[in-house]
Amino acid sequence: MLLWIAGFLILLVKLSIILGVVLFLAGYLVWVERKFLARLQIRYGPNRAGPYGLLQPLADIVKMITKEDTVPEGADRAFFLLAPAVVAATALLMFSVVPLGRDITVWGRRVPMVITDLNIGLLFVFAMSSLSVYGVALGGWASNSKYGLLGGIRGAAQMISYELSLGLSLIPIVMLAHSFSMVDIVQAQQKYPFILFQPVAFLIFVISAMAESKRIPFDLPEAENELVAGYHTEYSGMRFGLFFLGEYVHIMVFGGILAVLFLGGWRGPILPPIVWLMIKIFLVALFMIWVRGTLPRLRYDQLMALGWKVLIPLALINILVTGAVGLMMN
Amino acid sequence: MESAWEAVKALVSGLWTVLIHLFRKPITEQYPEYKRPLPVRARGRIILTRDPDGEERCVSCFLCSAVCPVNCISMEGAERPDGRRYAAWFRINFARCILCGFCEEACPTSAIQLTTDYEFSKTDILSFVYEKENLLVNHQGKDKDYNFYKYSGVTSNYGDKGEHVGEQKPVDIKSNMP
Ligand code: SF4
Ligand code: SF4
Repeated sequence: MLLWIAGFLILLVKLSIILGVVLFLAGYLVWVERKFLARLQIRYGPNRAGPYGLLQPLADIVKMITKEDTVPEGADRAFFLLAPAVVAATALLMFSVVPLGRDITVWGRRVPMVITDLNIGLLFVFAMSSLSVYGVALGGWASNSKYGLLGGIRGAAQMISYELSLGLSLIPIVMLAHSFSMVDIVQAQQKYPFILFQPVAFLIFVISAMAESKRIPFDLPEAENELVAGYHTEYSGMRFGLFFLGEYVHIMVFGGILAVLFLGGWRGPILPPIVWLMIKIFLVALFMIWVRGTLPRLRYDQLMALGWKVLIPLALINILVTGAVGLMMN
Repeated sequence: MESAWEAVKALVSGLWTVLIHLFRKPITEQYPEYKRPLPVRARGRIILTRDPDGEERCVSCFLCSAVCPVNCISMEGAERPDGRRYAAWFRINFARCILCGFCEEACPTSAIQLTTDYEFSKTDILSFVYEKENLLVNHQGKDKDYNFYKYSGVTSNYGDKGEHVGEQKPVDIKSNMP
């Protein structure tokens, strides 16, 4: 019993630490994005709230919380109110399987540095990222607005298409690591990170992950110049903030998963493991912002063609080649 | 294959160009700290100028009021004993003014002029109604030497209204009706 309570407490502590840190970092990722994007466009970005605009995320949150929370007339109230939470929650839940470091020992108990070491961790990530489609599609549909609906439909179509290439690109990783568990996958990269063996899978994963988190150049569900703001057109205040949060947590989660699957997770010389993981997540996020500052939005048919005609066949070929090489090595 | 190579090349060169911009100095002007010098003809807050003798230039001809697209100028004409006309009161509602500069173009005496001052935003909309004493300034503005009443429109040593060289008799406005 005592053991059970201790385990529960440790879990709670881990949960709250990770939740706090992730939410804080997501807020500051917005700041990093705005600053970095601004510099890419030879602007300054936010520089009024606090030194270097460092208090900008706080100011934004205060603004969003104090704004009126409107529900459009004719909206499906329950779904409308629930949708942002689905997006934010699924994004946060994905973090629970990302290993943050070596196991540590507290009061003689071994505490794994991951919230849950699911033996199907990778599948869990996919499940959660599929569920977040519901948030987008339902949010768009429930707002009783044509822009929202179109954005939601696009979101659903895009995310379902790219989920396939996302999943297929990772099968070679599973084949190499012989496990779906994220912890085991990090263990398997003891010598070399998987990016060296699987550059093609890495590319496919990066592209699909960007599409999954609805970032430029795959931001068709939001497409400001066609759909106002797409699926979150009708949202205001903190509910809009939740969609926003979901997007940035998504970036971090994909940064984390990318780091775990291809870049060796928390492994790295000298610095402590958690710092290495952070650095890797941060670099991935910077890359995503860099791409955002460079590429224009794809057309809808280009998006679908890229997903179905390029990425999925490529991923399938990659699986075959990996399998063949694996067989020959044995 | 050819097009795929092209796409990759375009992608890489695009990313590279954007990356180089990271190391350029931002070109944003930091407004309240740095105020960009405006050209003299920039259109901002309106003033009523005086002629080189220090007298009001406005002859209360109503042309500015007539041309104003948003009807924000109003005034009442009056005449001094020597026949010189002036505005008894002159009012511009800056809450409506769109700073188009038409009044300045219409003014025959260079009295009404737009300045480069654009920082006069306030929270009380009624305080945007500027009266003559708020508008009048003690200089000539952009048109330094122009002095309409030196040559006509007033009784002087050379003669009465309409008797100066090249001056026509004043029109009887009552006979001018359509
Ligand atoms: S600037 Fe234009 S709008 Fe303003 S008072 Fe003059 S004519 Fe009217
Ligand atoms: S146009 Fe010039 S002179 Fe005529 S009323 Fe207006 S400011 Fe006065």
